[in-house]
Amino acid sequence: MNKPMRRVAVFCGLLILALLARVNWVQFVQADELQNDTHNRRVAIEMFAHPRGDIIVDGEPITGSVETEGSDFRYKRTYTDGAMWAPVTGYASQAFGSNLLENVEDPILTGDDDRLFFNNTIDMLTGEEPSGGNVVTTLNADAQRAAYEGLTNAGNGEAVRGAVAAMDPRTGAVLALASTPSYDPSDFAGNSEEDGEAWAAVQEENDPNNPMLNRALRETYPPGSTFKVVTAAAALENGLVDDVDEHTDTPVPYYLPDTDHQELSNETEGRCENASLRIALIDSCNSVFGNLSATLGNDTMQEMAEEFGYNQGDDLQIPVRVEESVYPDDNRPQNAMAGIGQASNRATPLQMAMVAAAVANNGTLMEPYMVDQLVAPNLNVIEQHEPREMSHPISAETAHELQSAMESVVNDGPPQSAQIDGVRVGGKTGTAQRGENNSEPPYAWFISYAMTDEGSPVAVAVVVEDAGVDRDTISGSGLAAPIAHDVMQAVLDSDN
Amino acid sequence: MSSASNTTVSTGGLPSRRNTELAMLVFAVVIPVFAYANVGLAKDETLPAGMLGYGLGLGLLAGVAHLVVRRYAPYADPLLLPIATLLNGLGLVLIWRLDQEPTITDPDFGGDGPMAANQLLWSTVGVALFLGTLMLLKDHRILQRYTYISMVVALALLVAPMVPGLGRQVHGARIWVALPGVGSLQPGEFAKIVIAVFFAGYLMVKRDALALASRRFMGLYLPRGRDMGPILVVWAVSLMILIFETDLGTSLLFFGVFIVMLYVATERTSWIVFGLLLSATGAVLVAQTSPHVGERVDNWLHPLALENDNVTETAQVMYSFGSGGLFGSGLGQGYSRLIGGIAPKSDYILATVGEELGLAGLMAVIILYGLLIERGMRTALAARDPFGKLLCVGLTGCFALQIFVVTGGVTGLIPLTGMTMPFLAQGGSSVIANWALIALLLRISDTARRPAPAPAPSLDAEQTQVVRA
Repeated sequence: MNKPMRRVAVFCGLLILALLARVNWVQFVQADELQNDTHNRRVAIEMFAHPRGDIIVDGEPITGSVETEGSDFRYKRTYTDGAMWAPVTGYASQAFGSNLLENVEDPILTGDDDRLFFNNTIDMLTGEEPSGGNVVTTLNADAQRAAYEGLTNAGNGEAVRGAVAAMDPRTGAVLALASTPSYDPSDFAGNSEEDGEAWAAVQEENDPNNPMLNRALRETYPPGSTFKVVTAAAALENGLVDDVDEHTDTPVPYYLPDTDHQELSNETEGRCENASLRIALIDSCNSVFGNLSATLGNDTMQEMAEEFGYNQGDDLQIPVRVEESVYPDDNRPQNAMAGIGQASNRATPLQMAMVAAAVANNGTLMEPYMVDQLVAPNLNVIEQHEPREMSHPISAETAHELQSAMESVVNDGPPQSAQIDGVRVGGKTGTAQRGENNSEPPYAWFISYAMTDEGSPVAVAVVVEDAGVDRDTISGSGLAAPIAHDVMQAVLDSDN
Repeated sequence: MSSASNTTVSTGGLPSRRNTELAMLVFAVVIPVFAYANVGLAKDETLPAGMLGYGLGLGLLAGVAHLVVRRYAPYADPLLLPIATLLNGLGLVLIWRLDQEPTITDPDFGGDGPMAANQLLWSTVGVALFLGTLMLLKDHRILQRYTYISMVVALALLVAPMVPGLGRQVHGARIWVALPGVGSLQPGEFAKIVIAVFFAGYLMVKRDALALASRRFMGLYLPRGRDMGPILVVWAVSLMILIFETDLGTSLLFFGVFIVMLYVATERTSWIVFGLLLSATGAVLVAQTSPHVGERVDNWLHPLALENDNVTETAQVMYSFGSGGLFGSGLGQGYSRLIGGIAPKSDYILATVGEELGLAGLMAVIILYGLLIERGMRTALAARDPFGKLLCVGLTGCFALQIFVVTGGVTGLIPLTGMTMPFLAQGGSSVIANWALIALLLRISDTARRPAPAPAPSLDAEQTQVVRA
């Protein structure tokens, strides 16, 4: 009986060996793959296992972390003035992931970034609880508040859809990014049922106002008459006119090229025939700029738009991706329309702020950015942003000509509400038509900059989609310009 | 009986090894106590309040067991008791550790409340049965008298879960019997011991007939038709368990143990071939008809596949193992709670071992089981009577198959069967039955290693002395 028994014993030994081989396979060979599997909840648990780093504005955190109970996730994100800052921070939710800065800077905020390795090792050795690093932004809290409140109050109590983008023309530092209606990312930072309901409520299918849309960076609008600044720049740069006071050769009525007497009409008639650029900008003469765009041609107009930041694909990252503004190839009548910011011409609010900024910065466009520093938990700076030139769309002379004309718009034209005592303010209004045959309420635009003796500290673009007010009162000067004024005022005040 | 070739048996007085056992038992108690402290420190950063009571309880159980072994089975194998104590102690720690997870114990999530205290109670009952067996069963050969009674009892135990009103279906398998006032019982755990007794008794009587009366066919000795009867009956019963109780593990266990014992009793390889053929037929038959088994096989082939967009338990177990890595997260610091309420039960307890103690810890646990099996096999080799040999190889084989099926199933080596990990997993029936199993192994090894009794004084010598006096 012993011989078969020995064989059975050997067989049992083989079974144990097979088990040992298998656990080695699972826990050693396959371990990495299983550990980082997307469905392995431990990955998400780790993300919220430590207090997340903060996003900082003007030295104050606008985010926080609280310890929570009754969940796999130990810490939950909190936001100060969440709705106001949502276009900057985005959200970091236990249940719904993250976006915008919370997403782009996630390695720093969770503390996983390789550059924090040394820091983490020290924490491990000293037994300190690991935490994430901070993201210091360039934003200006007062400007942001002015922008957000301006938009919120523009609708006489109703939710107004609109956006504000402001930047420092000298550096490209983004100062304000507001979008309304907004959402509070605190509402769905956790993973409870209420969080789920709050999330569902702000989705586009449940809220036609689409509060989750970051209109300052991710929505494109026809820029309307504000684009006339670019067309004027192209005309000056290409020698079509020598200065802003030279008379152009523009008939009234002006008919679109290649069409059967289809008129490009003006809102205010009178001074537009053969008007100079200055007058044409003040009175917003469609005929003048349509004609200039047609004369310059699609290629030249496209080049100038691209110099200002158009047609960049996904290349513009601040470091959050900015939706591409487009000035596409088009036929002559459409190109003439695009020259006054209509037809296929579409721009983000930040793009139009960049146009104002390039003019204000004497022709040099600085690359916009919103993260100034990445800071380790021990407050060591691990990355410092250096301002970079993005392009040089116009010469300093052209810029000075345009500044002079844009300042005349504010001083002598309709948007006098944008004037600020003691500084020069240049601007341009816009009322972009939308809908077939102009059937829907137009977009009210205003772009402007403020100029001090030390250069221009702020350029701003404001768009109000549908303020819920009478059609006649929708105009860049009436709705958008006061908001731009408050934002510029806030920046100027905080500079002093 | 071919015990002549057995080198492990000598008639000389072997050392009893009781002091070795005592020293090992100290480790077997101290290691779980440290593990217990480890969980407490990791979870609450304090030593757990129950640590002293827990240590004393485990120490008391081990101490009493040791004293009884010293008194009633002085020559028994010195490793069996410490290994069983260590595994039982670790099991208690792991269950207590999972008790700390509200998602497992909280009735709001479908839990039954903390389980560690009950498990300690069941362990005590198990050790009591262990002591009773050692004290009352002076010689394992007494069991031979109950061969056919064992058969009836085993069949009754196996069929019990199928009886309407008595049986309960839990987690897809109908292997439970509801006892009013006590709770539920897994009769299969006890059946495995009783059926080993029956097989040993039956095969000891029939082994010659099965081994010798055979026809040669294609180089194999095939059994006669009438000898095949009992095998076919066992095969049919195991298939019935599989089909009606959807219990893959138990049926595999019984049929496997029967084939092993048959092979050992008859020394005929043909029985193994025959057994494998029958198993394969049964497996194909069932896999095609039973949706439950088909599902298990699917889970095995695609462990990470989502089910209705949800992560399956199988996938959670694999994530646990993978996340444990080489050295594990440390006791109390893993996330095996993600497996859900079933984590401390049956096979899944190993996932917690794998995640929190890592590959190193899991291998240590498997090797502990391997050592237990090795000691059992050694005892079978050393046993001097055929019944003892067969019983011992049956019980050990059963244990080994169960370890393989459970561990292999949970790590994805073979399809999951839903059997209980002896000593580690939560559950009263299992721990009680396995303590009884260890008691039987100790009894047989005591008999095997006991020095031969001194020869009776010769009558002649007495008389001579009388004359001299």
